[in-house]
Amino acid sequence: MCTTCGCGSGETLIGGRALRREARQGVHLHYRQPGAGQALGHQHAHAPGISESRMVSIERDILAKNNGYARENREYFSARGIFALNLVSSPGSGKTTLLVKTIQALNGSLPLAVIEGDQQTDSDAVRIRATGAPALQINTGKGCHLDAHMVGQAMQQLHLQDDSLLLIENVGNLVCPAGFDLGEAHKVVILSATEGEDKPLKYPDMFRAADLMLLNKCDLLPYLSFDPDLAVTNARRINPSIRAIRISATSGAGMDEWLAWIVSGCHGAAAARRQHAVVPATAVARG
Amino acid sequence: MHEMSLAESILQIVEDAARTENCTRVKAVRLEIGQLANVEQEALRFCFDVVVRGSIASDARLEIIDIPGQGWCLQCSRSVPLAALYEPCPVCGGHQIRVTQGEQMRVRELEIE
Repeated sequence: MCTTCGCGSGETLIGGRALRREARQGVHLHYRQPGAGQALGHQHAHAPGISESRMVSIERDILAKNNGYARENREYFSARGIFALNLVSSPGSGKTTLLVKTIQALNGSLPLAVIEGDQQTDSDAVRIRATGAPALQINTGKGCHLDAHMVGQAMQQLHLQDDSLLLIENVGNLVCPAGFDLGEAHKVVILSATEGEDKPLKYPDMFRAADLMLLNKCDLLPYLSFDPDLAVTNARRINPSIRAIRISATSGAGMDEWLAWIVSGCHGAAAARRQHAVVPATAVARG
Repeated sequence: MHEMSLAESILQIVEDAARTENCTRVKAVRLEIGQLANVEQEALRFCFDVVVRGSIASDARLEIIDIPGQGWCLQCSRSVPLAALYEPCPVCGGHQIRVTQGEQMRVRELEIE
């Protein structure tokens, strides 16, 4: 970990192995120690006291690099008919339990794989593997979100099958993962009944970025003051087109609708691949 | 703290441009940040100061141009100002608003020598 700012670049692990640095730019992005010298630029001599200052127009999106990797991931998914979902929520909303129950309910009817994102430990990947599904853990170290580069490397290690489902469980965090496209077909936000109905208003970026909201732990509604209709109303104040499904991963209520949504997405991705199969799929080459 | 990732991305864009322009020093970095963008400006400034240490932009000023939020109200069929994603339409009070401006995070220009 960086002792100056606490950031964790360089600590990212994928399946326990260090993340390969990006080959594309050949530039290490981490902060430099003070006094490490200027590595860049072509230093040319100036007459003392004379410097020429000028403006250069850049007009570049700050997230352009992540978006470039996300685009490559999306092309990879699309060429292989893979339906990829990015599951986002606060910690403790029940994402991993939901994934375990989803995999068990699909019962081998679809080839699938899981990428798990957490700051530390591989316990979530272990829980997924116990179902028999392949899972790879990304540990972000001090990082607060998955990015498209990490996912690109992880999915290559997973050897994804054509026409399969890829479930990406992001780091439990309702803020940071909203801005980082991973190349997924949809972000799915999970809000559990033990949280507040006002979460969509408090964390609007995430609810705006998601296409589907799962209201989880609905089996607990009789014991809570949580109003699921209000939660949906609040989410639609941010994102009028967000779809909502009430579920309970524990009791199984609402799971059929969620599974049908997944299966329909998988069929769509597979059909699109067959339609484009006349054009040879190009492999994603990465360093 | 995804602002650290954003600051690192900004530095990379700056360094790429500095290399292309053969400059020796970056004096200012000018960003456009939308009012509705998923970023906390003070945190971004803090992270920027940290990541540029020892780089060609080590003493660069960070200037942020605020871009106001704007949306298209589907009920009113008109463009309306939007200060936050959860705000209702100031005309009809509805929430059927499609954001049209204010989510950008861009490096607009650099002052170099």
